[in-house]
Amino acid sequence: MVKGPPHNDLDVARRILDGDESAFSALVARHHRAMIGVARVFIKDFASAEEVVQDTWIAFLDALPRFEGRASLRTFLFRILSNRAKTRAIRDSKQVPFSSVDDTGDFVEAARFDATGHWIRQPRPWEWDTPEALTSNRQLVAWFEEALKLLPERQRAVVLLHDVEELDSPAICEMLELTEGNQRVLLHRARAAIRTFVDDKTRGRP
Amino acid sequence: MTCQQLTRLVGDYVEGRMSTLEQLRFQFHLGLCEPCRVYLRQLEQTRQSLGHLPEEQPPAQVRDELLHRFRAWKATPR
Repeated sequence: MVKGPPHNDLDVARRILDGDESAFSALVARHHRAMIGVARVFIKDFASAEEVVQDTWIAFLDALPRFEGRASLRTFLFRILSNRAKTRAIRDSKQVPFSSVDDTGDFVEAARFDATGHWIRQPRPWEWDTPEALTSNRQLVAWFEEALKLLPERQRAVVLLHDVEELDSPAICEMLELTEGNQRVLLHRARAAIRTFVDDKTRGRP
Repeated sequence: MTCQQLTRLVGDYVEGRMSTLEQLRFQFHLGLCEPCRVYLRQLEQTRQSLGHLPEEQPPAQVRDELLHRFRAWKATPR
């Protein structure tokens, strides 16, 4: 995934403003997964979340002449998205209070440890070792994608913004209305859950 | 420190948010426990892998709609 420095962002912005369809399509593809993830923190209904993402792209295009490269283009885009998603949720009065189910409980389920707190089934090194090896393995990619889909909304959005989009924590907290501590817990829970899911799959557990 | 306790403290450890004593306990456990070293390594691999996931194209219908709107936006004088 290309995550360029700011001068690259300005270049992308300029190309889009010049009407370059392929630059626009590439940007859409690059951020689609995380955009849906963020929208769904505020909007439960998938079709409505998709609609907000689409509207965000048009708002992004309209705002693009004002992009000066002070923040990254990604931050610029996700700020627009989170604002629109929040507004939409308020308008539809469908804001659902979050249960605390996604930021409490164990990082690794207690059932995976014996009475003395040791692993029942000890982690063994994965056969694939590098992120590059992951991208060439479609099965692994599918497991990661499935693991992401199974996460509670806020965990998914945090890990997508942090590890996939590489936004910084203060920006993520602002977009998702989280405290810094809460954001950290959600991030580490998400990584632990994905790791456990992928590990179970690689070891042939259902 | 047990393996289970270690899994709860990993976040603080990787972010350097531990007291010196906690950190020593954590590292002491790691030094003796191969499975926990593997666990820690896998969490790091998970983090890195997420950054390398292939892009996810929106559904064709959404893509077409977006391109349509992009063209309309392009045609609007600014």
